[in-house]
Amino acid sequence: MYDFSIITTAIDQFLRSLMPSALATFLECVLIAVCVLVAYVLLAIVMIFMERKVCAAFQCRLGPMRVGFWGLLQVFADVFKMIIKEIIDFKRTDNLLYNLAPFLVVLSSVLTFSCLPFANGIEVLDFNVGLFFIMATSSFGVLGIMLAGWSSNNKFSMIGAMRSGAQMVSYELSIGLSMLTLVALSGTLQLSEIVARQADMWFIFKGHLPALTAFIIYLIAGNAETNRGPFDLPEAESELTAGYHTEYSGMGFGFFYVAEFMNLFIVSGIAATIFLGGWMPLHVPGLDAFNATMDYIPGPVWFFGKTFFVIWLLMWIKWTFPRLRIDQVITLEWKYLMPIGLVNLLIMTLCVVMGWTF
Amino acid sequence: MNITFIQPEKFREQMEYLRRERGMDFLRELVGMDWGEEGIGAVYMLENSETKENVQVATRSTNREAPAIPTVSDIWKIAEMYEREAFDFFGIIFTGHPDLRRLFLRNDWVGYPLRKDYDESEELNPVRMFSENVENDCTHTLAPDGTLQRNPDTLFDNNEYIINIGPQHPATHGVLRFRLSLEGEVIKKTDVHCGYIHRGVEKISERLTYPQILALTDRLDYLSAHQNRHALCMCIENAMDVEVTERTQYIRTIMDELQRIDSHLLFISCAAMDLGALTTFIYGFRDREKILDIFEEVTGGRLIQNYNVIGGVQADITATFAEKVKAFCKYIPKKIKEYNDVFTNNIITRKRMVGVGVLGRDEAISFGCTGGTGRASGWACDVRKRHPYALYDKVDFKEVIYQNGDSFSRYLVRIDEIMESVRIIEQLIDNIPEGDYKVKTKPVIRIPEGSYHATVEGSRGEFGVFIESRGEKSPYRIKFRPMGLPLVACMGTLLNGNKIADLMTIGATLDYVIPDIDR
Amino acid sequence: MEMKKPVIKSIPYEEFKDNETLEALVNELNKERTNVVVGALDDLINWGRSNSLWSLTFATSCCGIEFMSVGAARYDFARFGFEVTRNSPRQADLIMVAGTITHKMAPVLKRLYDQMADPKYVIAVGGCAISGGPFKGSYHVLNGVDKIIPVDVYIPGCPPRPEAILYGMMQLQRKVKVEKFFGGVNRKQSREELPEGPMIITNVPQETMNNKEKEQ
Repeated sequence: MYDFSIITTAIDQFLRSLMPSALATFLECVLIAVCVLVAYVLLAIVMIFMERKVCAAFQCRLGPMRVGFWGLLQVFADVFKMIIKEIIDFKRTDNLLYNLAPFLVVLSSVLTFSCLPFANGIEVLDFNVGLFFIMATSSFGVLGIMLAGWSSNNKFSMIGAMRSGAQMVSYELSIGLSMLTLVALSGTLQLSEIVARQADMWFIFKGHLPALTAFIIYLIAGNAETNRGPFDLPEAESELTAGYHTEYSGMGFGFFYVAEFMNLFIVSGIAATIFLGGWMPLHVPGLDAFNATMDYIPGPVWFFGKTFFVIWLLMWIKWTFPRLRIDQVITLEWKYLMPIGLVNLLIMTLCVVMGWTF
Repeated sequence: MNITFIQPEKFREQMEYLRRERGMDFLRELVGMDWGEEGIGAVYMLENSETKENVQVATRSTNREAPAIPTVSDIWKIAEMYEREAFDFFGIIFTGHPDLRRLFLRNDWVGYPLRKDYDESEELNPVRMFSENVENDCTHTLAPDGTLQRNPDTLFDNNEYIINIGPQHPATHGVLRFRLSLEGEVIKKTDVHCGYIHRGVEKISERLTYPQILALTDRLDYLSAHQNRHALCMCIENAMDVEVTERTQYIRTIMDELQRIDSHLLFISCAAMDLGALTTFIYGFRDREKILDIFEEVTGGRLIQNYNVIGGVQADITATFAEKVKAFCKYIPKKIKEYNDVFTNNIITRKRMVGVGVLGRDEAISFGCTGGTGRASGWACDVRKRHPYALYDKVDFKEVIYQNGDSFSRYLVRIDEIMESVRIIEQLIDNIPEGDYKVKTKPVIRIPEGSYHATVEGSRGEFGVFIESRGEKSPYRIKFRPMGLPLVACMGTLLNGNKIADLMTIGATLDYVIPDIDR
Repeated sequence: MEMKKPVIKSIPYEEFKDNETLEALVNELNKERTNVVVGALDDLINWGRSNSLWSLTFATSCCGIEFMSVGAARYDFARFGFEVTRNSPRQADLIMVAGTITHKMAPVLKRLYDQMADPKYVIAVGGCAISGGPFKGSYHVLNGVDKIIPVDVYIPGCPPRPEAILYGMMQLQRKVKVEKFFGGVNRKQSREELPEGPMIITNVPQETMNNKEKEQ
């Protein structure tokens, strides 16, 4: 297994040898922030491109083809356009909240994004309540959406925001429960530790039935959490024109758009980390030669491979399923997913206590 | 066509008699009419949905300033909309009508455009670039002294949460406007506004010759272009006693059915899109292109074909036509299975559609909701069976009828009708007889004096043409029965109490085309 | 830095009609010299804008169905960068006026256009939007949308074929490529320069204003 902490430690030591410790820490913070933001934007662009191509493939189309080879530069063109697009000011809106809302959404998703363990040693923040922190940061994105809907002074936005509020707060529960199920299995909230404990076997195999159930619940709830089809009611194109971001133009809309895709990445990334072993290669107990071969594939490849697999699953769902109705969304959560999640947590605890895991 | 004239005083009594005693429960059409000196009034076409018996009655008032006729909106529900239309075009005041507002034109419009003495000058009705005066929250009733009276705040209260769906909204399939009063997500009241694509086809037609009018019918409901034109051609041919050849009948019938499949495929696509399943939308369009290929080869047009002409069709079918149609008939059942797998049998689709927007049989008849909507409610309203035309009495097909009347039945009717249309085509395609595709008609077409009427089964209901002729080159009055207006009229009944998301389901499955409503 | 002739990838320049208009525009823009940095930035912006024209889903009649066909599997305008159709005018770059515009719809269309964020473009699709088409003589039809909003590209047809719509969209891309974001060449057309049109009332009557005030 490659350990990227060698590189990061080397950089750290190099900086500290040049300047005072406080300055080095500060410089490192700036460096990391830049890296995180660049990675964030690049990944968003990759995701948007992927969405277009995947959706086109499902729909017997080609998707973007003309801008750059195979349409590779399409999203860059969109970005350039969006940056210089006019941002409209309104007379009868709460300007502060209106302008603040997209930043809140992006802030929430950047914070969550920076917590993901990309590879052995590439983690920005690794502390003993990592999973808890992720839940906390990811859940205040809904605040931005509610503010956007409220401050736009538009009835469609308002309905979209209300839907979004009801939906995201509800599904947070299921996400929490399925994460808790895995925490019961792993016995830790620290992300690096969670990954490390999957060295012999990924949790989805280790926890067999309850883990699989938790994984499915997590995928459904995660899909709802990111407001993507079949749970895209907050922006339901054919109902509310564009939902909570109807009134946003230019980069304001751009932020929402990017945050939506990055939330999808984050949800998939977490799924990959806690269920599918994160950057941990596929290890099968007993097959040492196989395990050793797998170790030659670097951690980031594993992490991104698994993440994009989950993303692809979610895209498949989005482009196949019709949209649910708001009462059905809420019924699904409170009458089905949450009770199942609770029972599942109980079963998992039982399995762990009785040692019925692999 | 015989029209019985009734004095306005006795009119109400007679209409009640027709409805009660003779079971005339389907008000097919209400044609507002300006007879000039003889007065302004309306022609009512009634049908008994059981015995298929027809009656045409008319009434008129000689008072041109304020022609007053008693309303029948409490007898037939659809009359409420039809009477608003007649008020809009002719200024006929229907006494006792609950809500006599203009239906298509802006409420600051000056004059009544379909009257013969209407002043079309731009000074009276310039393009007004400001929003309509907010007079919408009131209904109009007739005061005892004969003047129209506004009743403010009867539609929507000031405290209600009202949203506008449309005129520019993806779910309305065009430019229809709904004003909804909401309580949370639940719709409390609905008010439909039409007329955003009112093009005045009927008025223009009064200036055009008959062959010229043909071009406009295609553009009414562009998804039943063939059927619309078929109706008008049939009406004119009947009036002139022109017998079309059998080959023409075969071609027309096949084309009508192809058009029906085309329209129903688009229906499936759009229903899927409205429910958020974009992939099925694209699938539908993919298969629709195959029909458009056939159309293009034969007629030269994709969407609007201008194919039927008086006395036949524009051009003969091509040599490869039969072969292509047969290939398509083989192709489409497989694709229907694909839609069923991807969309129809999806649990979410079922949850969204089953039991949503139930329209009962009696309501469907009272609202005059023909086509797939009526048949989903258990009303055998297919014109192809009721009053067979072209070759429909010679081919064997089943009239698809469901009893539930909900959105899902309306959806299934269309799917099954595609298969029935395929059956009809398969019976005909191999037996197209030799002969002329067009009979010679006079260079200038004049219709003998009188009233004529013809109906066909359009893609989404009964499409009728009514011509009042004075023996000229152009009609004195021409009226097209909109397939969509009854469907829109019943929206209020279906929506109230449902959620906003159900508006998309119900709207999509009712399957209206706006230019056909507004004409 | 000189502005180049607008070229669309894989399609010969000569195959486009009406190159003269665009060349005249290029010549006018090239009168003032721009420096290389600004020119390069302009090129980049024009590249971005022309390759990412998101259209508003706006259709009133028949042409709208053909517009949907262009978005569907066979014609697929996503290939050229018209990927996304936005339902909110704020997020759209382009309004395809597909279908007849009537007197009642005219203020709505104008408002939609006003709601769009700059840069915004207008394509008039089909005979009705260009001149009123078959309904020219009607009492309720606006004879051409260019009477109320500025039109960039006209696509004739009734309805135009999907290929024609694609061609029109490419013409718009070419037109977008001969723009300057920097430098003082942007100017607004004054009211006097507008072409003579039909009688249009834009001032809201006092009565309506009063009602509006009452509402708020």
